[in-house]
Amino acid sequence: MISVYYFGAIALVLVGLYGVLVKKNLMKILISLSIMETGVNLLLISIGYVSGKSAPILSEGVKWNQAVDPIPQALVLTAIVIGVATTAMALSAAILIYEKYGTLNVEEIRRLRG
Amino acid sequence: MLKRSLAIISILIIGYWLAQGLAGVPFGEDKMLVGHYYLQHVKEQTGAVNAVTAIVVNYRGFDTLGEVTVLFIASTGVGALLWRKKRGRTARTEGSVVLTTGVELLFPFIVMFGAYIFIHGHLTPGGGFPGGATMATAFLLLYMAFTIYEIPHKAFEKVEGIAGMSYVLVGLIGLAIGGYFLFDWIWQTWHWGSDNIGRLFSGGFIPVIYTIIGIKVGTELSGIVDNMLKEEVRE
Repeated sequence: MISVYYFGAIALVLVGLYGVLVKKNLMKILISLSIMETGVNLLLISIGYVSGKSAPILSEGVKWNQAVDPIPQALVLTAIVIGVATTAMALSAAILIYEKYGTLNVEEIRRLRG
Repeated sequence: MLKRSLAIISILIIGYWLAQGLAGVPFGEDKMLVGHYYLQHVKEQTGAVNAVTAIVVNYRGFDTLGEVTVLFIASTGVGALLWRKKRGRTARTEGSVVLTTGVELLFPFIVMFGAYIFIHGHLTPGGGFPGGATMATAFLLLYMAFTIYEIPHKAFEKVEGIAGMSYVLVGLIGLAIGGYFLFDWIWQTWHWGSDNIGRLFSGGFIPVIYTIIGIKVGTELSGIVDNMLKEEVRE
Protein backbone atom coordinates (compact mmCIF):
# COMPACT_ATOMS: atom_id res chain seq x y z
CA MET A 1 0.00 0.00 0.00
CA ILE A 2 1.50 3.30 -1.07
CA SER A 3 1.83 6.09 1.47
CA VAL A 4 -0.63 8.95 1.17
CA TYR A 5 2.20 11.48 0.86
CA TYR A 6 3.76 9.65 -2.07
CA PHE A 7 0.32 9.31 -3.63
CA GLY A 8 -0.38 13.03 -3.21
CA ALA A 9 2.99 14.01 -4.63
CA ILE A 10 2.60 11.75 -7.66
CA ALA A 11 -0.95 13.03 -8.14
CA LEU A 12 0.27 16.63 -8.12
CA VAL A 13 2.95 15.85 -10.70
CA LEU A 14 0.40 14.09 -12.88
CA VAL A 15 -2.15 16.89 -12.60
CA GLY A 16 0.56 19.30 -13.71
CA LEU A 17 1.55 17.01 -16.57
CA TYR A 18 -2.07 16.77 -17.70
CA GLY A 19 -2.33 20.56 -17.74
CA VAL A 20 0.85 20.87 -19.81
CA LEU A 21 -0.39 18.27 -22.30
CA VAL A 22 -3.97 19.39 -22.73
CA LYS A 23 -4.37 23.09 -21.95
CA LYS A 24 -3.98 25.70 -24.68
CA ASN A 25 -3.74 28.87 -22.61
CA LEU A 26 -0.14 29.79 -21.86
CA MET A 27 -0.94 30.95 -18.33
CA LYS A 28 -2.63 27.64 -17.55
CA ILE A 29 0.45 25.80 -18.80
CA LEU A 30 2.63 27.88 -16.48
CA ILE A 31 0.28 27.15 -13.57
CA SER A 32 0.56 23.44 -14.40
CA LEU A 33 4.34 23.68 -14.37
CA SER A 34 4.18 25.27 -10.91
CA ILE A 35 1.89 22.48 -9.70
CA MET A 36 4.33 19.86 -11.01
CA GLU A 37 7.15 21.56 -9.20
CA THR A 38 5.16 21.54 -5.95
CA GLY A 39 4.59 17.81 -6.38
CA VAL A 40 8.28 17.14 -6.88
CA ASN A 41 9.14 19.15 -3.77
CA LEU A 42 6.52 17.30 -1.72
CA LEU A 43 7.91 13.96 -2.92
CA LEU A 44 11.47 14.92 -1.98
CA ILE A 45 10.48 16.13 1.47
CA SER A 46 8.34 13.08 2.22
CA ILE A 47 11.19 10.72 1.30
CA GLY A 48 13.23 12.26 4.11
CA TYR A 49 10.58 11.80 6.78
CA VAL A 50 11.25 9.44 9.68
CA SER A 51 8.19 8.48 11.73
CA GLY A 52 7.85 10.15 15.09
CA LYS A 53 10.94 12.36 14.82
CA SER A 54 11.09 16.12 14.97
CA ALA A 55 12.50 18.86 12.77
CA PRO A 56 16.31 18.89 12.41
CA ILE A 57 16.84 21.85 14.71
CA LEU A 58 18.98 20.50 17.51
CA SER A 59 18.08 22.93 20.28
CA GLU A 60 16.04 22.50 23.45
CA GLY A 61 16.75 18.87 24.12
CA VAL A 62 16.39 17.50 20.60
CA LYS A 63 19.23 15.02 20.28
CA TRP A 64 20.82 14.24 16.93
CA ASN A 65 19.06 10.88 16.69
CA GLN A 66 15.63 12.42 17.21
CA ALA A 67 15.61 14.45 13.99
CA VAL A 68 14.46 13.70 10.47
CA ASP A 69 16.78 13.67 7.46
CA PRO A 70 17.96 17.27 6.85
CA ILE A 71 19.33 16.69 3.34
CA PRO A 72 16.02 16.62 1.41
CA GLN A 73 15.00 19.81 3.17
CA ALA A 74 18.18 21.52 1.99
CA LEU A 75 17.58 20.21 -1.53
CA VAL A 76 13.98 21.46 -1.54
CA LEU A 77 15.11 24.88 -0.30
CA THR A 78 17.27 25.07 -3.43
CA ALA A 79 14.56 23.67 -5.69
CA ILE A 80 11.90 26.14 -4.52
CA VAL A 81 14.09 29.13 -5.26
CA ILE A 82 14.98 27.79 -8.70
CA GLY A 83 11.29 27.17 -9.38
CA VAL A 84 10.43 30.75 -8.45
CA ALA A 85 13.22 32.04 -10.70
CA THR A 86 12.11 30.00 -13.71
CA THR A 87 8.48 30.96 -13.14
CA ALA A 88 9.42 34.64 -13.09
CA MET A 89 11.31 34.23 -16.38
CA ALA A 90 8.45 32.34 -17.99
CA LEU A 91 5.90 34.92 -16.83
CA SER A 92 7.87 37.78 -18.35
CA ALA A 93 8.13 35.81 -21.59
CA ALA A 94 4.34 35.40 -21.47
CA ILE A 95 3.93 39.16 -21.00
CA LEU A 96 6.08 39.73 -24.10
CA ILE A 97 4.14 37.16 -26.14
CA TYR A 98 0.84 38.77 -25.24
CA GLU A 99 2.15 42.21 -26.21
CA LYS A 100 3.44 40.93 -29.55
CA TYR A 101 0.64 38.60 -30.68
CA GLY A 102 -2.35 39.75 -28.63
CA THR A 103 -3.20 36.22 -27.61
CA LEU A 104 -2.04 33.60 -25.14
CA ASN A 105 -3.46 30.62 -27.04
CA VAL A 106 -0.55 28.35 -27.92
CA GLU A 107 -1.99 27.13 -31.22
CA GLU A 108 -2.78 30.62 -32.45
CA ILE A 109 0.70 31.81 -31.56
CA ARG A 110 2.13 28.94 -33.58
CA ARG A 111 -0.07 29.84 -36.56
CA LEU A 112 0.81 33.55 -36.38
CA ARG A 113 4.49 32.78 -36.68
CA GLY A 114 3.74 31.05 -39.95
CA MET B 1 -11.96 14.62 -26.55
CA LEU B 2 -9.64 12.02 -28.06
CA LYS B 3 -6.64 14.08 -27.02
CA ARG B 4 -7.87 14.35 -23.45
CA SER B 5 -8.58 10.67 -23.07
CA LEU B 6 -5.21 9.79 -24.58
CA ALA B 7 -3.55 12.18 -22.14
CA ILE B 8 -5.43 10.70 -19.18
CA ILE B 9 -4.53 7.13 -20.18
CA SER B 10 -0.84 7.91 -20.63
CA ILE B 11 -0.79 9.86 -17.36
CA LEU B 12 -2.34 6.91 -15.53
CA ILE B 13 0.34 4.65 -16.99
CA ILE B 14 3.07 7.07 -15.87
CA GLY B 15 1.49 7.30 -12.42
CA TYR B 16 1.37 3.53 -12.03
CA TRP B 17 4.99 3.32 -13.10
CA LEU B 18 6.05 6.01 -10.59
CA ALA B 19 4.07 4.32 -7.82
CA GLN B 20 5.76 1.00 -8.63
CA GLY B 21 9.13 2.70 -8.37
CA LEU B 22 8.26 4.33 -5.06
CA ALA B 23 6.96 1.07 -3.61
CA GLY B 24 10.59 0.15 -2.95
CA VAL B 25 11.14 3.33 -0.91
CA PRO B 26 9.47 2.79 2.49
CA PHE B 27 7.78 5.82 4.00
CA GLY B 28 8.73 7.00 7.47
CA GLU B 29 11.77 4.78 7.93
CA ASP B 30 15.28 5.84 8.65
CA LYS B 31 17.06 5.93 5.29
CA MET B 32 19.86 8.31 6.27
CA LEU B 33 23.45 7.65 5.29
CA VAL B 34 25.11 11.05 5.15
CA GLY B 35 22.29 12.59 7.16
CA HIS B 36 23.45 10.87 10.34
CA TYR B 37 26.90 12.32 9.94
CA TYR B 38 25.51 15.81 9.43
CA LEU B 39 23.17 15.57 12.42
CA GLN B 40 25.88 14.17 14.68
CA HIS B 41 28.59 16.67 13.82
CA VAL B 42 26.63 19.81 12.94
CA LYS B 43 27.09 21.47 16.32
CA GLU B 44 30.85 21.12 16.71
CA GLN B 45 31.69 21.50 13.04
CA THR B 46 29.59 24.53 12.16
CA GLY B 47 28.27 25.92 15.44
CA ALA B 48 24.76 26.03 14.08
CA VAL B 49 21.76 24.44 15.75
CA ASN B 50 19.64 24.31 12.60
CA ALA B 51 21.00 21.40 10.59
CA VAL B 52 19.28 22.45 7.36
CA THR B 53 20.89 25.87 7.17
CA ALA B 54 24.23 24.36 8.17
CA ILE B 55 23.97 21.99 5.21
CA VAL B 56 22.78 24.71 2.85
CA VAL B 57 25.49 27.21 3.74
CA ASN B 58 28.34 25.17 5.12
CA TYR B 59 28.49 21.57 3.94
CA ARG B 60 26.98 22.22 0.53
CA GLY B 61 27.81 25.87 0.07
CA PHE B 62 28.35 25.50 -3.65
CA ASP B 63 24.66 24.64 -4.09
CA THR B 64 23.69 27.91 -2.47
CA LEU B 65 26.15 29.85 -4.60
CA GLY B 66 24.61 28.28 -7.70
CA GLU B 67 21.14 29.01 -6.40
CA VAL B 68 21.96 32.67 -5.82
CA THR B 69 23.42 32.74 -9.34
CA VAL B 70 20.21 31.27 -10.79
CA LEU B 71 18.14 33.88 -9.00
CA PHE B 72 20.45 36.65 -10.20
CA ILE B 73 20.25 35.40 -13.78
CA ALA B 74 16.45 35.24 -13.51
CA SER B 75 16.18 38.80 -12.27
CA THR B 76 18.58 40.00 -14.97
CA GLY B 77 16.64 38.02 -17.56
CA VAL B 78 13.31 39.51 -16.47
CA GLY B 79 14.88 42.94 -16.69
CA ALA B 80 16.27 42.21 -20.16
CA LEU B 81 13.03 40.70 -21.48
CA LEU B 82 10.86 43.56 -20.26
CA TRP B 83 13.27 46.32 -21.21
CA ARG B 84 11.75 49.44 -22.77
CA LYS B 85 13.04 52.96 -23.24
CA LYS B 86 10.32 54.67 -21.24
CA ARG B 87 8.53 52.67 -18.61
CA GLY B 88 6.36 53.71 -15.72
CA ARG B 89 3.55 52.70 -13.46
CA THR B 90 0.27 52.93 -15.30
CA ALA B 91 -2.05 51.93 -12.46
CA ARG B 92 -4.97 54.29 -12.16
CA THR B 93 -6.98 53.35 -9.11
CA GLU B 94 -5.51 54.38 -5.81
CA GLY B 95 -6.24 52.02 -2.95
CA SER B 96 -8.68 52.98 -0.24
CA VAL B 97 -7.51 54.92 2.82
CA VAL B 98 -7.76 51.82 4.97
CA LEU B 99 -5.49 49.92 2.57
CA THR B 100 -2.81 52.61 2.23
CA THR B 101 -2.72 53.36 5.95
CA GLY B 102 -2.62 49.68 6.76
CA VAL B 103 0.29 49.11 4.38
CA GLU B 104 2.16 52.10 5.82
CA LEU B 105 1.72 50.67 9.29
CA LEU B 106 2.60 47.09 8.31
CA PHE B 107 5.65 47.85 6.16
CA PRO B 108 8.26 48.31 8.94
CA PHE B 109 7.00 45.27 10.79
CA ILE B 110 7.28 43.03 7.74
CA VAL B 111 10.78 44.29 6.98
CA MET B 112 11.78 43.75 10.61
CA PHE B 113 10.37 40.22 10.58
CA GLY B 114 12.22 39.40 7.36
CA ALA B 115 15.45 40.65 8.89
CA TYR B 116 14.73 38.57 11.98
CA ILE B 117 14.29 35.45 9.86
CA PHE B 118 17.58 35.77 8.02
CA ILE B 119 19.63 36.87 11.02
CA HIS B 120 18.44 33.87 13.04
CA GLY B 121 18.98 31.40 10.21
CA HIS B 122 21.28 29.21 12.30
CA LEU B 123 18.84 28.96 15.21
CA THR B 124 15.29 28.92 13.91
CA PRO B 125 13.58 27.64 10.76
CA GLY B 126 14.10 29.93 7.85
CA GLY B 127 17.26 31.51 6.54
CA GLY B 128 18.24 33.85 3.79
CA PHE B 129 15.72 32.89 1.13
CA PRO B 130 12.53 32.99 3.25
CA GLY B 131 13.73 36.18 4.94
CA GLY B 132 14.50 37.84 1.63
CA ALA B 133 11.15 36.76 0.21
CA THR B 134 9.40 38.25 3.25
CA MET B 135 11.17 41.56 2.71
CA ALA B 136 10.21 41.51 -0.96
CA THR B 137 6.60 40.97 0.15
CA ALA B 138 6.78 44.26 2.03
CA PHE B 139 7.80 46.06 -1.17
CA LEU B 140 5.13 44.20 -3.13
CA LEU B 141 2.58 45.57 -0.66
CA LEU B 142 3.82 49.09 -1.31
CA TYR B 143 3.49 48.49 -5.05
CA MET B 144 -0.03 47.16 -4.63
CA ALA B 145 -1.29 49.94 -2.39
CA PHE B 146 0.18 53.02 -4.05
CA THR B 147 -0.14 53.98 -7.71
CA ILE B 148 3.10 55.93 -7.95
CA TYR B 149 5.45 53.96 -5.71
CA GLU B 150 8.76 52.80 -7.17
CA ILE B 151 11.68 51.22 -5.38
CA PRO B 152 14.77 53.45 -5.17
CA HIS B 153 16.52 51.90 -8.17
CA LYS B 154 20.03 53.25 -7.81
CA ALA B 155 20.37 52.11 -4.20
CA PHE B 156 18.66 48.76 -4.81
CA GLU B 157 20.76 47.69 -7.76
CA LYS B 158 23.99 48.68 -6.05
CA VAL B 159 23.04 46.84 -2.85
CA GLU B 160 22.19 43.74 -4.88
CA GLY B 161 25.54 43.71 -6.65
CA ILE B 162 27.49 44.42 -3.48
CA ALA B 163 25.68 41.60 -1.63
CA GLY B 164 26.47 39.12 -4.40
CA MET B 165 30.11 40.16 -4.47
CA SER B 166 30.50 39.97 -0.71
CA TYR B 167 29.21 36.38 -0.72
CA VAL B 168 31.96 35.42 -3.14
CA LEU B 169 34.38 37.53 -1.11
CA VAL B 170 33.57 35.62 2.10
CA GLY B 171 34.23 32.41 0.18
CA LEU B 172 37.51 33.74 -1.18
CA ILE B 173 38.68 34.74 2.32
CA GLY B 174 38.03 31.12 3.28
CA LEU B 175 40.12 30.04 0.30
CA ALA B 176 42.99 32.23 1.48
CA ILE B 177 42.80 31.10 5.10
CA GLY B 178 41.68 27.48 5.02
CA GLY B 179 42.64 26.27 1.60
CA TYR B 180 39.26 25.75 -0.03
CA PHE B 181 36.44 27.92 -1.29
CA LEU B 182 33.69 28.72 1.26
CA PHE B 183 35.82 27.51 4.18
CA ASP B 184 34.17 28.57 7.45
CA TRP B 185 36.97 30.77 8.73
CA ILE B 186 34.96 32.47 11.49
CA TRP B 187 34.23 29.16 13.17
CA GLN B 188 37.16 26.91 12.38
CA THR B 189 40.01 29.42 12.51
CA TRP B 190 38.81 32.04 14.95
CA HIS B 191 36.59 29.72 17.08
CA TRP B 192 34.38 32.73 17.49
CA GLY B 193 31.29 32.06 19.60
CA SER B 194 32.17 28.43 20.27
CA ASP B 195 31.05 28.67 23.91
CA ASN B 196 27.53 29.91 23.21
CA ILE B 197 26.10 27.48 20.67
CA GLY B 198 22.37 27.99 20.40
CA ARG B 199 22.56 31.73 20.97
CA LEU B 200 22.65 34.56 18.46
CA PHE B 201 26.42 35.14 18.37
CA SER B 202 27.47 31.71 17.18
CA GLY B 203 27.19 29.69 14.02
CA GLY B 204 30.42 30.67 12.29
CA PHE B 205 29.77 32.49 9.04
CA ILE B 206 26.19 31.23 8.61
CA PRO B 207 24.55 34.43 9.98
CA VAL B 208 26.92 36.57 7.92
CA ILE B 209 26.23 34.71 4.68
CA TYR B 210 22.53 34.52 5.38
CA THR B 211 22.34 38.26 5.98
CA ILE B 212 24.06 38.78 2.63
CA ILE B 213 21.76 36.29 0.88
CA GLY B 214 18.66 37.76 2.53
CA ILE B 215 19.49 41.27 1.35
CA LYS B 216 20.29 39.98 -2.12
CA VAL B 217 17.11 37.92 -2.45
CA GLY B 218 14.98 40.73 -1.08
CA THR B 219 16.31 43.31 -3.52
CA GLU B 220 16.20 40.85 -6.42
CA LEU B 221 12.59 39.79 -5.93
CA SER B 222 11.56 43.44 -5.45
CA GLY B 223 13.33 44.20 -8.72
CA ILE B 224 11.42 41.40 -10.48
CA VAL B 225 8.13 42.76 -9.11
CA ASP B 226 9.10 46.26 -10.23
CA ASN B 227 9.92 45.08 -13.74
CA MET B 228 6.67 43.16 -14.07
CA LEU B 229 4.41 45.93 -12.77
CA LYS B 230 5.70 48.63 -15.10
CA GLU B 231 4.32 49.21 -18.54
CA GLU B 232 5.45 51.19 -21.52
CA VAL B 233 4.53 54.86 -21.44
CA ARG B 234 3.47 56.43 -24.72
CA GLU B 235 3.26 60.16 -25.13
